Amino acid sequence: MTSRVEGLAEAANQRQSWQDSLTRFARTYGLQIGIICVFLAIWALFILGAPRTFLSPQIYAAYMSTIPFFAVMALPLTMVIIAGEMDMSFPSIMAIGTLVFVNVFEATGNVVPAFVLCLVAGFLVGLLNGIIVVKLRIPSLVATIGTQFFWRGAVLVITSGKPASLVPVKGTIFRQALVGRLAGYVPAQMIWTVFVAVLVWVFLNRHRFGAHVYLVGDNEDSARLMGVNVDRTRMLVFAIVGLAAAFGGILSSLEVSYFWVTLGEGYLLRTLAPVFLGGTSVFGGTGTILGTFVGCFIIGAIEAGIVAIGLTGFWTQLIYGLIIIISVSMHAALSRRLE
Amino acid sequence: MDYILEMRNISKRFGEVEALRQVNFAVARNEVVGLVGDNGAGKSTLIKIVTGYYQPDSGEVYFNRQKVEGLSVAEARQLGIETVYQERALADLQTLWRNIFMGRELTTHFGFLDAKMMKQETEKLMIESMGFTSTAVAPDSVVRTFSGGEKQGVAIVRALHFDAELIILDEPTMGLSLSETRKLLEFARGIKRAGKSCVFIDHNVFHVYSVADRVVVLDRGAVAGEFLTRDITVDQLVDKMYRVAQTGSLD
Repeated sequence: MTSRVEGLAEAANQRQSWQDSLTRFARTYGLQIGIICVFLAIWALFILGAPRTFLSPQIYAAYMSTIPFFAVMALPLTMVIIAGEMDMSFPSIMAIGTLVFVNVFEATGNVVPAFVLCLVAGFLVGLLNGIIVVKLRIPSLVATIGTQFFWRGAVLVITSGKPASLVPVKGTIFRQALVGRLAGYVPAQMIWTVFVAVLVWVFLNRHRFGAHVYLVGDNEDSARLMGVNVDRTRMLVFAIVGLAAAFGGILSSLEVSYFWVTLGEGYLLRTLAPVFLGGTSVFGGTGTILGTFVGCFIIGAIEAGIVAIGLTGFWTQLIYGLIIIISVSMHAALSRRLE
Repeated sequence: MDYILEMRNISKRFGEVEALRQVNFAVARNEVVGLVGDNGAGKSTLIKIVTGYYQPDSGEVYFNRQKVEGLSVAEARQLGIETVYQERALADLQTLWRNIFMGRELTTHFGFLDAKMMKQETEKLMIESMGFTSTAVAPDSVVRTFSGGEKQGVAIVRALHFDAELIILDEPTMGLSLSETRKLLEFARGIKRAGKSCVFIDHNVFHVYSVADRVVVLDRGAVAGEFLTRDITVDQLVDKMYRVAQTGSLD
């Protein structure tokens, strides 16, 4: 009799333990599973709405060529948001970085120093954002709105508004490596995006730096009390986004072989939207690279999808805005429920 | 006297506020020192200088007879000073194992995390030191779901794990239930038994009296007096503290 009671108790215990693991699993991966479901639902909607477009391979080649331009920025931007900060200046860093490339290339005729200095410039401009935020204690939203205007202005003053051709780079292996077509179909920038995603994931989840990014965004005071170098972590995330923005600027300019002084305009919303859509908390402390990665494809699909299912292009901004508001509110509501 | 920590003539001001004035404070090896005083007496400022969180404006700090200067929190922890803060110093949205190793992550090389090792260590600590037996808590559990006592347990276990020589308990009984408080006081006595040193800060004089070898009374940024607990009764101590709060002098 007792053994039977014990057996029952053990079974109940096991069930409890199983339920606890399930709860933990749902807490940990719920958002990521959710975003993949949203992605599949939207995809199904588009296929049903416009089967001719969404069942042909061309649309996917197009996606893989355009989504990387903002995805390579959205992925590291996720770290800025997790750290509890905001960056509004990366569209202008795309332009200033690419301008460095154009000028160094014109001066030296060599893509290697041009590319390296472009990335260095992006890193330094990003670092400057970090320094303003950390050392002068200006809220990052305000600081980076300021630098966004400043660097855009700098580009306009330096170029007098004149664009530049990148046709001389066209035949190089360099261009092939960055925006060529693999097997005549897969755009190289897509490979780079996957590379960036893996790199950012590893650093965020398996490196001390990433651990500190989460801690800084979660509870700055605790992090400081336990000896985390909060200031350095903050400055670095801004610098990394700067570097990524310069890279994104180069990718999108090489794709069209032209440098426009307005490069980056229109990238703000479509780069921020996937981060929030992917479940990264606007309050900092939580967020995933997988979420942002899938979010990029949702955002990228929507623009073409809107047109393909018969709405006008005027709808895109409205829908982007709606996505940001809904995903941020949903996340806030969900995390309150989990408390 | 074999001091593990010695602070001489420590002063610290925040703008107009003189938080500490020429404070001398020392902890002997294997001694539990109670630090008491009213709100704003400078207790937290003093210990945050020990932990490297603040730098003193003037004065000297010796740890194990070595003079330390420009100490950072990370360096203080390297030296063997661990703190259980009043505010717990946890990151609520992160997992248990990330909280345990916050700021002192175990790494393989190039700063890459040894996540497996950290989870194993956490699991061990949970069973051996925290007494967590419920299956609801695992190394991957998010700390936000824990109770106040459990959170305090995490903060304490974290201080223990790194084999500190000096453990600072800053208002550790705040927000704890009666039985949790009893457990905590027992833990403070355990530090002494393990041959380590401890600074115990608390509002409650009775708690401090019951665990400390020596009590230091801070008042308005200066040391008002100190007593060996064996030389004074708890009533006398309470009496003296009242007098300090009202008149600024012990007698």
